[in-house]
Amino acid sequence: MEKRVVFRSAWLPYALLAPQIAVTVVFFFWPAAQAVWFSFQLQDAFGLRTEFVGLQNFAALFADERYLQSFGTTALFSVMVAFWGIAISLVLAAMADRVIRGALAYKTLLIWPYAVAPAVAGVLWAFLFAPSIGIVTYFLKRAGVDWNWIIHGDQAMLLVIVASVWKQISYNFLFFLAGLQSIPRSLIEAAAIDGAGPARRFWTIVFPLLSPTTFFLLVVNVVYAFFDTFGVIDATTQGGPAQATQILVYKVYNDGVKAADLGGSSAQSVILMFIVIALTVAQFRFVERKVQY
Amino acid sequence: MRIPKLVAALAAAVLFTPAAQAQTEIQFWHSMGGALGEAVNNLAGKFNASQNEYKVVPVFKGTYPVSMTAAIAAFRAGNAPHVLQVFEVGTATMMAAKGAVVPVAKLMADAKEPFEPKAYLPTVAGYYTDLKGNMLSFPFNSSTVMFYINHEAFKKAGLEPKAPKTWKELIAAGEKLKAAGQQCVYTTSWPSWMHIENFSAWHNVPIGTKQNGMGGFDAQFSVNSPLHVRHVAMLGDMSKKGLFTYAGRTNQGDAKFASGECAMASASAGAQATFRKNPKLDWSINFIPYHDDVKGAPQNSIIGGASLWVMGGKKPQEYRGVAKFFAFLSKPDVQMDWHTSTGYVPITLASYELTRKSGFYDRNPGADMPVRQLTNKAPTANSKGLRFGNFVQGREVIEEEMEAVFAGKKDAKTALDDAVKRGNEILAKFQAANR
Repeated sequence: MEKRVVFRSAWLPYALLAPQIAVTVVFFFWPAAQAVWFSFQLQDAFGLRTEFVGLQNFAALFADERYLQSFGTTALFSVMVAFWGIAISLVLAAMADRVIRGALAYKTLLIWPYAVAPAVAGVLWAFLFAPSIGIVTYFLKRAGVDWNWIIHGDQAMLLVIVASVWKQISYNFLFFLAGLQSIPRSLIEAAAIDGAGPARRFWTIVFPLLSPTTFFLLVVNVVYAFFDTFGVIDATTQGGPAQATQILVYKVYNDGVKAADLGGSSAQSVILMFIVIALTVAQFRFVERKVQY
Repeated sequence: MRIPKLVAALAAAVLFTPAAQAQTEIQFWHSMGGALGEAVNNLAGKFNASQNEYKVVPVFKGTYPVSMTAAIAAFRAGNAPHVLQVFEVGTATMMAAKGAVVPVAKLMADAKEPFEPKAYLPTVAGYYTDLKGNMLSFPFNSSTVMFYINHEAFKKAGLEPKAPKTWKELIAAGEKLKAAGQQCVYTTSWPSWMHIENFSAWHNVPIGTKQNGMGGFDAQFSVNSPLHVRHVAMLGDMSKKGLFTYAGRTNQGDAKFASGECAMASASAGAQATFRKNPKLDWSINFIPYHDDVKGAPQNSIIGGASLWVMGGKKPQEYRGVAKFFAFLSKPDVQMDWHTSTGYVPITLASYELTRKSGFYDRNPGADMPVRQLTNKAPTANSKGLRFGNFVQGREVIEEEMEAVFAGKKDAKTALDDAVKRGNEILAKFQAANR
């Protein structure tokens, strides 16, 4: 049986939708359209002189090896954040699901970091790993590791990945836990009676049944790595050292806000917009096919 | 009954508004947080108390880049502040915005306020003056980079607590400090400002063509000269040997020196306030080191800090108020107060004299070192400052390339060649946008 609400008046449904549409238009479509328009222009900081330059901003971007490098950085960063964020939280959720005593305490503690703002998470980890005063640095130095992410790009990358993953684990954990709890006990018990061990039960029953959740989290985590990690990076490495952690969205901010290059920055936003559209479409068309709902 | 009440209310409003409007408000956006912000509020309070026609309203708008961005956005929306504090690297961007800003020289002339550019320290005024001699923005808070040593660390290493004068001496002292177990020998805050910008002025070599960009926006960088390469290579080598610890692009070096972790540091003159807060720290402030085989070195150092820009499109009455405020800020006693309470250098020669006469420098040995370093010699075309389009980005490029050298990823020559190439691309883009 299909439920269908029928509105008698012709304008009421539109009126009810209007606030949502207005918000979307004002805060999403309008700025996006403006970014597209700006990306074809060359402007001074104050907007006193504007010149239409066609695709020149885009041509300049693709001729800039640092911009191309930023793609690599973003790819590495996003894959690491999405993979580890999902993998670790899946393990934690599987563990927490089996805990019988004190389960609430475990769950609460695991969900806690979600309430922390990205910038705060970044600062927290930056303090732990601070080159001269960090407590983790202290132990690393005793172990003979030359830890100074202010100058070593790979260490800076590791730091922002760790901070971003830590921040996202709670969110993923929550969804995985809910997913696990909705798997019928009878299926798992039946497999256990048939002699399947915990690992086999997990891979042949639990994991496939979790695939819609995993797929959803994959999309969310990639978007998170692309955009929301801005706070983590701005609070710690600010894209440095020597652009080692300059992901695409940070470069948009750096060039547009700090360097007041609106044309170049808008061109980057437009490219970024297309990447995200392409990624989302790809995920829905190819990955979703393998998902069992 | 209702209508008379409304009329009365309206009448009251009309009667009372003129009293409120008699004072012209002047919005002043700045980036002085904490104790410095208090000092700014003090200045504005004193000015407001000195007359009753104008009221300066200081508003803290965040760090330099943040407040500049906010002001640009406000200008685009048509409600910019009257006065905006802009850091030195934003000078070219502001200057190019003709129509968005009013040159200070014109402002003072229009308001018929007494204004004598020669009264200001040449290295300070020169930074904000165009080639025709018109002062464009009002120098407000100026500092320069200084060299600090930790006496205790020197004594522990069996060294006399005297600052090395040259880089050769610094390395020699550094090796002894390292041998004595000093964890961090030398560090620096503001790497580009210290090791490229001030380094060039101090050794009288250009950073770029066209008088370091002051002669026009079609300048090119020249930070890959043999002397620059040699200096950055030396730093890279020191980094490898553990004689130099890189701390980051802003003032992170200050904390490393203040905590006693580093025995020597180059940092802003303004960092003295931080060092004084640690009573256990036995330190001294000195001239920055130089290479003694370079002819003419040491020349003079250049300033950093910020100046006040007057935004365009305001009413004449408001501009008169801004001019009055600037005239007030130039007074020797006001300047002395600002200089002694904040640690920034006095910007007029008269206030420097007044401070000297007051005995402040005798009570605080070394407090006059920054001014003496800035005025060490009469500035040349290479040492009066710099002005490059979008130098916020330009400086970042230089710092990135230096980081690559310190991390051992690039040699100094390649890094500085790349810095010049990338920097020139930024300059070309700025020039195209501001044609």
